[in-house]
Order: sequence, then structure tokens, then C-alpha cells
Amino acid sequence: MTVRTGKPFGGWLIWTLALAIAAAVWLWGEALVPFAFDYPKGWRIPAARWIGSFVNWLVKDAAVGPVAFSDLTRFVAAVIDKPYQLALALLADGWQVAEGGAARQVVPPLAWLAVIGIVALAGLWAGGPGLAALMAAAFAFVAVFGQWHSAMVTLASILVAVPVGVAGGLMLGVLSWRHPWFESLLRPLLDLMQTMPVFAYLVPILILFGFGPTAAVVATLIYAMPPMTRVTTLSLQRLPGETHDLARMVGCTPRQTLWRVLVPSAREPLMVGVNQVIMLSLNMVIIASMIGAGGLGFDVLTALRRLDFGAGLEAGLAIVALAIALDRLSQAVARRGYRAPLPGGIVARHPYLTAALALILLCFVLGLALPAVQGYPEAAQLSTSAFWAAAVEWINVTFFDTLEAVKNTILLWILVPVKRFLVGMPWAVAVALLGLAGWRLGGWRLAVLVAGLSFLIAATGQWEKAMITVYLCGISTLIALAIGIPLGIAVAGRERAWMVTRTVIDTLQTLPSFVYLMPVVMLFRVGDFTAMIAVVAYAVVAVIRYTVLGLQGVDPRLIEAGRAMGCTDWQLLTRIRLRLALPEILLGLNQTIMFALSMLVITALVGTRDLGQDVYIALTKANPGNGLVAGLAIAFIAIIADRLLAAAARAQRQRLGLEAA
Amino acid sequence: MTTGEDTLICRNVWKVFGSRAADHMAALGPEPDPARLAELGLVSAVRAVDLTVRRGEIFVIMGLSGSGKSTLVRCLSRLIEPTAGEILFNGQNLLAASEAEMTQIRRHKMGMVFQHFALLPHMTVLDNVAFPLEVQGIARPAREARAREIIALVGLAGREGAFPRQLSGGQQQRVGIARSLAVKPELWFLDEPFSALDPLIRRELQDEFIRLQSRLKKTIVFITHDFDEAIRLADRIAIMKDGGVEQCGTPEELVMNPATDYVREFTRAVPKAKVVRLSSLVEPGPRPEGIDCLPARATVADAGPAFLGGAGRVGVEHEGNFLGTVGRDAVVRLLLGGGM
Repeated sequence: MTVRTGKPFGGWLIWTLALAIAAAVWLWGEALVPFAFDYPKGWRIPAARWIGSFVNWLVKDAAVGPVAFSDLTRFVAAVIDKPYQLALALLADGWQVAEGGAARQVVPPLAWLAVIGIVALAGLWAGGPGLAALMAAAFAFVAVFGQWHSAMVTLASILVAVPVGVAGGLMLGVLSWRHPWFESLLRPLLDLMQTMPVFAYLVPILILFGFGPTAAVVATLIYAMPPMTRVTTLSLQRLPGETHDLARMVGCTPRQTLWRVLVPSAREPLMVGVNQVIMLSLNMVIIASMIGAGGLGFDVLTALRRLDFGAGLEAGLAIVALAIALDRLSQAVARRGYRAPLPGGIVARHPYLTAALALILLCFVLGLALPAVQGYPEAAQLSTSAFWAAAVEWINVTFFDTLEAVKNTILLWILVPVKRFLVGMPWAVAVALLGLAGWRLGGWRLAVLVAGLSFLIAATGQWEKAMITVYLCGISTLIALAIGIPLGIAVAGRERAWMVTRTVIDTLQTLPSFVYLMPVVMLFRVGDFTAMIAVVAYAVVAVIRYTVLGLQGVDPRLIEAGRAMGCTDWQLLTRIRLRLALPEILLGLNQTIMFALSMLVITALVGTRDLGQDVYIALTKANPGNGLVAGLAIAFIAIIADRLLAAAARAQRQRLGLEAA
Repeated sequence: MTTGEDTLICRNVWKVFGSRAADHMAALGPEPDPARLAELGLVSAVRAVDLTVRRGEIFVIMGLSGSGKSTLVRCLSRLIEPTAGEILFNGQNLLAASEAEMTQIRRHKMGMVFQHFALLPHMTVLDNVAFPLEVQGIARPAREARAREIIALVGLAGREGAFPRQLSGGQQQRVGIARSLAVKPELWFLDEPFSALDPLIRRELQDEFIRLQSRLKKTIVFITHDFDEAIRLADRIAIMKDGGVEQCGTPEELVMNPATDYVREFTRAVPKAKVVRLSSLVEPGPRPEGIDCLPARATVADAGPAFLGGAGRVGVEHEGNFLGTVGRDAVVRLLLGGGM
């Protein structure tokens, strides 16, 4: 890549010219080039139909020799289903036998007290008494609020999805570390898997695997595996050369090298990947309740549909409790480090395991006599659902005018004009301007990629919906920046404030995106405004984090130098700190857009009219073609934004001398 | 000084990076023109290195960062594949050995200590040291017995159950040293083993290293960027610059007769009294009555106390034979910067 060292004037000139031409075309071009405004129907690429018939073919006719594709999916389903049934029986349903039409429970599931005891023991083992208390509290919370059964159904999915996801990600990661050709094949696929909204691939999975928990686990795997793959490849590549040299010097075989030397040495970054798999799985299991995962996600979904805020909130909080507990536990395991094995016999060497087994046995026996040990007594359950419903009602009654006024003002003065502007812009002009931006930032390759992808969106007849997505995403991102950057600046220099903020945003980030919808819908009902608030709330975390990271990463000697030259605090901030933190902030912007897009798809549930809605409708109609095409369009928007911003960040870093050209 | 037979011989070894480097090197013949290499976009990290390491000596390769010393030592064990040349180890050409043969040679004949220790974080000290033996498939009791023995040798007895992160840098490198010695290697590579340590610990480990070598008598290739360290430890030193060897000789030869300006630049600040041995200054002659005698290996600095005690001359002897005397004036001339 070359760095343009020409005068900034040249850049301005090009942009002014380009924008002038664009404006001219827009204003007077409709008669001359009508196809630039409305993409002609005759030229459309019928991608949705192609995909639809491809999936049909896959399900009905595809075969490699005697093995039909549908056999393969059935095999995968069986591999997942068996452990899932086991986990489900263990945690939620117990083992039953059919007895004259009714099922009779032969062996009950693990007692709630036993489960709480086990997670507390796991917390004690990994992180000490503090974590043990947190784990127990989180699970007790779930029990007290009557979410136990749903939570255990969700947990059963996680217990199956996470090991498979970690193992699969590890394998793929190792393969792409070993064979560069495999990586270059896999990388675009991973990009797509991560940027494609989850709803989009729910549809084909639904068709291939049918409605039910198995399909949900498959969807979860597709969603959660890419980060593990990436983390594996990256952490193997980043191991110091000496580690590889050591393995060769002592004469390890390739297998010994990988499993005895490299993977254990990369344990810490790998555990970050495991944590990601857990969190993404949890997030996805909730979304996958739409294709039959059941559990907490299903409860939230039905509550949302009934607009029963109290019930939705309680299920939502149970998800939060589960998310925080699993996140902290996996982080503690990552930090735990290696310890010397304990001396003694089997029992003495595994005190935690022994205690857990003893606890299970004890609770089982006690549970036979005392039902309260086996299942949390219904009489002791709390429900705040009525309280929340009342509170929301009170807010809505008391502040109705205020809330409406805020909502309407923002809608009228910001949302609607921007929407009109973007939807009105001729697609050809937008494609050309994007191409120009790509060329200025990253050369002709980027220009071709960006223009090509945006053209495809138009060519599949989704331009208008895509623009609505861009408008919602763009405005939400801007608002997130307007909130996040000042907040980041405010806390960056203050240790205590940052610690508090970090705890808050860490927690916010562990929440499944679903949860964000609840409070907003309560206050603002459905529509674009509601979607925007939810997106901002979800995405602002990334802005804050990267702003603070960027500001803290500024070389303190430069700040000292600025001070020595007599800069005021304001000058220090604008002339030195923000300038140098810019690449980092751009990365944050990138993340924010990704977050915003993934949230937007979910806000389709509250009635937006963008691509997300298309995907969602396709899901309800089980129409794989439409769903995937709309999903791909969203992925394209994400890829365009990602590549442009990454190029901009790189150019900035090079200009600041932080990265070689 | 040990002067065993030649153990490791490098002849015209090259490591050239760039596309199709080997083909180009083959086409350009044994003495390629540097300008031509640059034209082809090739970078030579090691160029035309001829070296001979003798059995039982400490051979130090010294150079600044980017001089190619680390690449060279990795070529010697074929961790990096040299582009051209010949490396003979006990008469066997390593570059002709198959990967399986190399694995066997590395497993049984070579040991290596790394700058950043390269200890495995998930293993105890004992397991780390026993790891090279485990890889060979040696049963647990045997390998642990050997590991304990070598851990005691490097002074870490009692810390067998510790994990690397629980040890200080100096202790970690002791583990690294123990691990490299576990297989009783014949050829011992140390790649800047003490560079990552604090000066005091570095000094301590250098002493430890000298003590170990006096017992073990390995053939050692020691890499460093620290000239003082090189002088302290080396039997012979090769100074590298830009991938080539500038000069190879004993510390004394380098200090007294630097072959190039680059070597002179390095040796300028070295106190000659600590490098020059009495054998270099000796004037042959009969043994005067009642003169104090020092061994020929002693440095001028070692003779200092005798001169301070008022002696005008000291005698020099080697293994019982009287060689001659060294006069106070010769010492003064040396210290004032004149030649010998």
C-alpha cells in the first residue's frame, strides 16, 4: 500500500468535485439516467430464487455417492441430540418412562440445591470464595424468581454447544495455522459467518435440521465457532519463535509439538476464545429459541409478543444472572494457572469432585423425603412481574407527554429527514461515492470490493431496505459516539471512575442482545425510535472501551512534552491525546457499527422496516432464499463499513508513524 | 585452554532470504556478488561463514542485533535451513541428513538454551527438565531421576514442584539450562542465555556457567551481544557483522590485533590488563634467583599484586617449564596503550 503524501488540498478537491457531480446527478439526472435511481427490475439478479432452489436441492437430491446430504444432516443431528438429551434429563427433566399414555418420572433431574452447590464448588475451585458466592447467588436468584426449569433447559443447550464449539474451533484453527491455503479459504467464510445476522442462517438450518433444540444448537455452533477458530490460529501464530525452536530442538514429533508444547503454551489466549464461545452461545441460544431451543429465550420471546413486561423482565434477568455467572467462571478458569497435583489417593486428589458427587447423592436421598430439596418450592417463589407492570404503567401514565414529546421531536427532526435523504439518494451515486472512498483509503482493490458489494445489494433489489438499515445504524452509531467519546474522555484519566465504568460495561457486554429490547419497548413501544435506543444502548459500550483504550495508550512522554510546552488541558486533549488515540477510536467505531448491525436485526422484533425485518419475515415463513439474501445484504453492509474503517485506521496509524507503511 | 579435535565445522554457510533464494544461490556460484544479491531482492542474514568449533571449548559468537548470530546458531542445528554451504558435525554433513536423522541428532546430541527461557508454563520444574526425555519415550521413573540429578547440579534442588511463573528470571534460566543438559548433549548451544537478566544475576549465572563447564567439558556455541561477557567466558570468539564473520580468535588476539576497524571499535574500551596473558609479554631467558612465578594463562591484571609488592620482574611458567620473565616496564607500556 502506498501512503499518499500529497497536499490535503488535492484530497479536498477530489471530494468536492465528486460531491458536486453526485449532487448534480441527483438533482437533474432523473430524466437522463433513470436506471441510476431505481434499479431496473429486468436487470435484477434473482439470488433469492437461486438460493431457495439450491437449498431445496440440498435437502432433496444432493448426495456424494451413496451418502445423501440429508443423511449427513441427520447424522450431525444425532451426534448433537444424544448428549443434549442427556444434559436435558440431568438438569431439567429427569428420566421418564411411558406408562399407559402418561410419562412417569423414574429418576428426577439434579436437585436445585445440588446444582447450586456444584456451581459454587466450581467457583471455589476456579476463583475462591468470592466467586463461589457469586455463582451460588446467581443460580439462587434464578430459582427464587421461578425461572429454574427454563434456565436449566438453556444451560443444557450451552453444555452441549460449548464443548463442541470449542473443539471444532480448535481443530479449524489448528488446520488454518498449519496450512495457509486452508486459512485463505476459511477466512472469508468466517468473516461472513460473523457479519451475517443470526436470523439469516436460522432459516436454512431450520429447513435442514427441522424445528427443535438440535437445530438451535447447530445455529449456536455456527455463530460461536468463528471466534474460537480465529483465536486459535492467532494465538498459535503469536507464540514466540523460541517455543517452536524448543519443540524442534528436543525432537518433538508434530503431534507432541502441537499438544504438548504449543497448545498448552497458548492456554491463556485460548481461554479467551473459550469465554467468547460461552458468551456467544448464550446469546445465540436465546435467539435460537425462535427455532425451538426453548428455555429462557422462549420465555422472553413470548413475553415480548404478549407485551408482558414483568414476565419478560424476569426471564431477561435470569439470562443476565446466567451470563454473568458463566462469564466470571470462565474468566477465573483462564486466570487460574497451573497448580501442583495434590498428594494422596483418588479422593484426596480430587476434593472438589468428591464433594460434588457427595452433594448430588445427598440431595438425591434427601429429595426423596423432602420435595423442597429436589425442586424449589413454589410457595417460596417471588415474582416482581406485577410490580414492574405497575411501574411501567405509572411511568407511562405520568410521563406520557414527556416521553412522547422526546420521541416525536427526535423522529421528526432527525430520523425522518435522514431516512428520506438516504432512501432518496440514487443507488448509482452511492455506489460511486463508496468506490471513491475505497480508492482514496486503500487503493483500487478496496474500491472494487466496496463498489462491487454495494452494487450487489442494489442488484438483488434490496436498495431501499438496505438504506433504512444504513440510516438506523448510522444514526445510532453517531449517537453512540456522541455519548461514548465524551464519557470515555471523562473516565480515561481517572482510575477509580474507569474501574467502575469498566465493571459496568463488562457486565453490559455479557448481556444477550435480546435483553436490551425489554426496557425500551416498555417505555417507547415499537418503532424506529425504540430500535434506535436499543441499538445505541448496545453499541455505546464499544465506543467507551476503545476511546479509553486509545487515550490510555498515548505515550505519556508526549503528554509530558505537551505540558512542558505549556499546553492547556484542552489543547492537550485536542492536539495530542485525541489525535494519537484516533486509530484506536476508529477501531472502536468499527466495532460499534458491527454491534449496531447485529442489534438492528433483533430490533426487527419491534417493527422496523429494514433488512432485518425481511430476514425475520423470511424466518417466520421458512423462506431460505429471501432470508439469506437479506442476511447477505446486511453482511455486505458490515463488510463495507469494516474494510473502509480499517483502511482509514491504517492510514492514520501510518501517518502517525505507529505502523510501517 | 582446551584444544580438542574439530567437532563442528562450517564451510561457506549462507542463509539468504527472498523468493527462490536457493535457486539464485546455486546459479551465482560459491562467491556471489553482494550487489547482485541485492538486485535480485535477496537479503543475506548469514554470508560465507567459515567456522571451526573444537571439542570441549567455549566458542562465543558475538555480534550486535541484526548481525545474523541468532540465525547462524539456528542454521547450525538446522532449525533454520541454510541456503548453501556445508556443516560437519563429527564428520557428518548435517545438511545432507534427513529430517528424521536430524530429529535423532537433536534428541541425543544437542541441547539449546533460549534467551527468553522458553519454559512450558503448564509443567513443573521437574516436568520441564524431564520433557526432552519424555519426548524420547523414556519411562517416568528414569527420566525423573535424571531430571532431579540435573536440577541439583544447577542449584535448584527443592524447587522441583514449582511452576515457571513462581520462579525469578535467574531461576527460570537455571531450569532452561538444566533442561538443555538433561539429554547429556555433546554440543551445547546457548542463544543469549543471560541477556534477559539483571546485571547482578547475569554475573552470578556466568560464574555458574563456568563452574558447570569445568565439570562437564561440553562443546559449546555461545551467542551474545555483550563483548564483556564474550571475553569473560570464551576460549575463542567470532565477531559477526552484517551476516559475515569479521574476525575469529582468542580474546587476546582480538584485543591485541583487531583485524578490522569494526573489531577495533569493540576492543578499544576493554581493559587490556584483563585480557592479555603473561605468555604474550614474556621475554625468554634464564630463571633469576628467587623470582616469583605465575602461570602463563594468568592475565596481566593477575600479576598486578606481585608488581605492587615491589618486584621488578615476575617469572612465567607453563606446566612446570620456566618460559621467561615479564618486566614492569612492559606492563606499564601495555597499560598506557602502546603495543607489546
